[in-house]
Amino acid sequence: MFRIDRTLIRNFDWLIFFTVIAISVIGILTIFSATRQPMESTQSPFYIKQFIWLLLGVLGLIVFVSFDYIWLSRISVPMYIAGLIFLLIVLISGKTGMGAQRWIGIGPMSFQPSEFFKLIFIIMISRHFSSIQGSIGIMSLLRIFFVFVFLPFMLLVKQPDLGTGLVIIIIFITLSLTMGLQKKALILTVIIGSVSMPFLGNLMWERLEDYQKSRLIAFVEPGVDPSGIGYHIKQSKVAIGSGEFSGKGFLKGTQGPFRFLPEKHTDFIFAVFAEEWGFIGSLFLLSLYFLLIMRGLDTARKAKDDFGKILALGITFMFSIYFFVNIGMTLGIMPVVGIPLPFFSYGGTALLSNYISLGVLINIRTRRFALFY
Amino acid sequence: MQIKKNGPDRIVIVGYIIVIGFIILLLRLWQLQILQGDEFRRISESNRLRVINVQAPRGIIFDRNGTPLVKNTPYFIATVIPGEFDGNNADALSKILDIPAEEISGKINIKRPSPFTTIIIKKRLSFREVSVIEARRTDFPGLIIEIAVSRDYIYGKTGAHAIGYLGKLTPSQMEDPEYRDLPRHAFIGQWGVEKYFDKTLRGISGQKIFEVDALGREIRLLQEKPPVKGDDITLSLDIELQKEGEKSFEGLTGALVALQPETGEILGLVSSPSFDPNKFVNGISYADWAAITRQKTMPMLNRALQSQYPPGSTFKIITAIAALEEGIIDTTTKKYCNGRMNYGKWNYNCWKKKGHGSVNLHKALVESCDVYFYEVGRQLGIDKIYEYALKFGLGRETGILLGGERKGLIPNTRWKMATKNAPWFLGETIISSIGQGYVSTTPIQMAVMISAITNGGIIYRPVILKDSAPVPLGKIDVKPETLKIIRDSLLGVVDEPKGTGQAAKSAITTIGGKTGTAQVVSAGQQYSENSKDIPEKYRDHAWFIAFAPGEKAEIAISVFVEHGGHGGSKAAPIAKRVIEAYMLQKEKQEESTDVQN
Repeated sequence: MFRIDRTLIRNFDWLIFFTVIAISVIGILTIFSATRQPMESTQSPFYIKQFIWLLLGVLGLIVFVSFDYIWLSRISVPMYIAGLIFLLIVLISGKTGMGAQRWIGIGPMSFQPSEFFKLIFIIMISRHFSSIQGSIGIMSLLRIFFVFVFLPFMLLVKQPDLGTGLVIIIIFITLSLTMGLQKKALILTVIIGSVSMPFLGNLMWERLEDYQKSRLIAFVEPGVDPSGIGYHIKQSKVAIGSGEFSGKGFLKGTQGPFRFLPEKHTDFIFAVFAEEWGFIGSLFLLSLYFLLIMRGLDTARKAKDDFGKILALGITFMFSIYFFVNIGMTLGIMPVVGIPLPFFSYGGTALLSNYISLGVLINIRTRRFALFY
Repeated sequence: MQIKKNGPDRIVIVGYIIVIGFIILLLRLWQLQILQGDEFRRISESNRLRVINVQAPRGIIFDRNGTPLVKNTPYFIATVIPGEFDGNNADALSKILDIPAEEISGKINIKRPSPFTTIIIKKRLSFREVSVIEARRTDFPGLIIEIAVSRDYIYGKTGAHAIGYLGKLTPSQMEDPEYRDLPRHAFIGQWGVEKYFDKTLRGISGQKIFEVDALGREIRLLQEKPPVKGDDITLSLDIELQKEGEKSFEGLTGALVALQPETGEILGLVSSPSFDPNKFVNGISYADWAAITRQKTMPMLNRALQSQYPPGSTFKIITAIAALEEGIIDTTTKKYCNGRMNYGKWNYNCWKKKGHGSVNLHKALVESCDVYFYEVGRQLGIDKIYEYALKFGLGRETGILLGGERKGLIPNTRWKMATKNAPWFLGETIISSIGQGYVSTTPIQMAVMISAITNGGIIYRPVILKDSAPVPLGKIDVKPETLKIIRDSLLGVVDEPKGTGQAAKSAITTIGGKTGTAQVVSAGQQYSENSKDIPEKYRDHAWFIAFAPGEKAEIAISVFVEHGGHGGSKAAPIAKRVIEAYMLQKEKQEESTDVQN
């Protein structure tokens, strides 16, 4: 089963693999530029750490390509329960970072269970969606929602990790719509959705932490708080805009290293890139993501079974949501929800989990032929 | 393959949606980077660059003999970057700097455009304060010790009205392109010489361009244009004379102007009481400002230029010249003074009740006989008197650069009709001819007038810079003999036993002058002869205008003491002291020059 034979290598999706490797390498260069210290001579080790995580990620990818993805369906229930337990552990004894507890420490390492939970979640609902024949009815929709979506959503929001919480909800909704809902279910969803939106919004607003509220306020009215979140959006736009057509050149950007940009090597890394590489560079980077997403959709179309199809679709949606929300945020056309750019932003756990997800995606493509030996 | 079952392939639809999403992102990128790229590039540059204007060291002001009157003293100030300063440190800092913690946190908490602009917490730190802070530097992030330069006025109150002071840029000056290159907190000349020669003294501001990070911290210096020090200037003032003048005015209200008659250079300019310009330099405190401006004696008033009072008998010089020039009198013309002159039902008294008896011009000036001039004035008429007074620079500005100069007033018939809508009365001519009534002059006008008597009738604009080209405003068309007659009589005023200005008689030089006593109370009211019984506000104003030495005048002076009583007893001694101080100083200067040569 773990034997890597020639057919596997031949069918391996080298295109998507090298596309993503290219994104990560550009990401590491940009992290290097963003975290370089203009005053001291010592370089901060972010880019080295990211490089090590990249190697781990490729390793994880190879592991997740090597076995038939059908195994994922088989072990999905214990994985899901374990995932929920980890989320609970975070809530009880998690480390606090940036005003939220998302990390748990294991020895000297610390990681974010929520990063891995997203994949587990997608595997879990893919398994359930694939067991449904025809369009999804009301009852199955509600059941899947309450058991597999609402529960983890509450745990995530409690952390609070609003970003991941919203991502799993959006994955659920987009997947359901793509799967096709029965007319009744669709109408009910729309009605309940539109009736409960204000109420839910209010409830959510009450539950939001101050920093989350200020992000939303700043999105609506960026002038309210010049040194707060609105300031971040403004500086991000300044960074991107000042790149003009051809950019300021590698290591010539000033917005990031001079600390005008917040989260310069994580959430706002695209702004640093766009400042140094300009419109041309941004166009190139966006093309790579376009390739990744389109290849993901194509993989879903070509998958040999429904589980693989839905799983590929879920993973592609996850990448897409992260990509669009992150770039939209740095461009000032989306609220600041604080989610990273996949394969590009600094962040070890996210990089590893994204490479594992990519591994699953490649796995599905590699084994797309029903007769696989 | 359920996804395919209902109609078109949903994944393809998703693909289209993704394409639309990419198009939106690319349009936005196009907007930010191509359409608005220029503007964002500019913002990012101004983010990154900080331009600091560096004020040039200010030129030094010297007196005519090269004595510095001001100095630039560096001192330490404590400034704080609120964005980097920990508010919990305010207590500890307040103990070191000995200012209330509330004052520190108050200053820090004032809202500013950027939390990274520095705020001055305390100026003029002591050496101990600086060393304590430097030793505990790491305890106070965001606290910076900077060096500033203050302007010190070495002689304090002495010459303050002429030298002036520096002050903060006013809001309207901040808008003025003239001051664009100066730092916002700059001090510029706001008064006196400091103001009028500000451009010369100021120099050229330098500039430093730093690369800064988002915390406003300077990362490196990209470009530096050093400031160019302002030019020094040498005033015509003689600080020794000035000191003597101010000492003589101690406790008195009034003014003194000393000129060089041949050039119009101001040797001394006293306005008493004075103020200490050092209090203005670093932003005057409200208490100090109130204390200065609320005083009844108004120390900020430059009395030498701004106080206008009847010149009293000093004006008889004008009446005399007019009468000589118009041929109404000559040196032999005699009038009889019995102590008063009757005109209609009015009595015009001479100051000497017993009368002066038979009086010629010389005696009339030396003993300051009023009746003689009543008679001469009556014959001249006010319009002739007006004409000569104006020729000698009265009734108009002398044109000195220091601001706020007043014109005084020389009346004539047209003026009275225009302003009072009434005809001129002969009685008014009579009192005008001895410098009473409507007539009023400023001390600097009187100094210009007496200068013209000694320099052959040239009116110079008074100037405050040494060796600046004299500015003659006109040569008066009078016969040299007329001026000589006047000069001789004025020497008699001081020298002769019956002269009213004997108090100015000096052992080291010959002084000529004229006393004046301007009545505060109208002629009808009478107080006893003993002036000590008269309340101060009813006492007469004392004038003395003089020149020295007699043969070739080098100094012309006018002294005015508000409510001083008699000119002869109050103003003349001051003139003498100042003239002697000048002569001695000059002698000393010449000696030292000889030694050097």
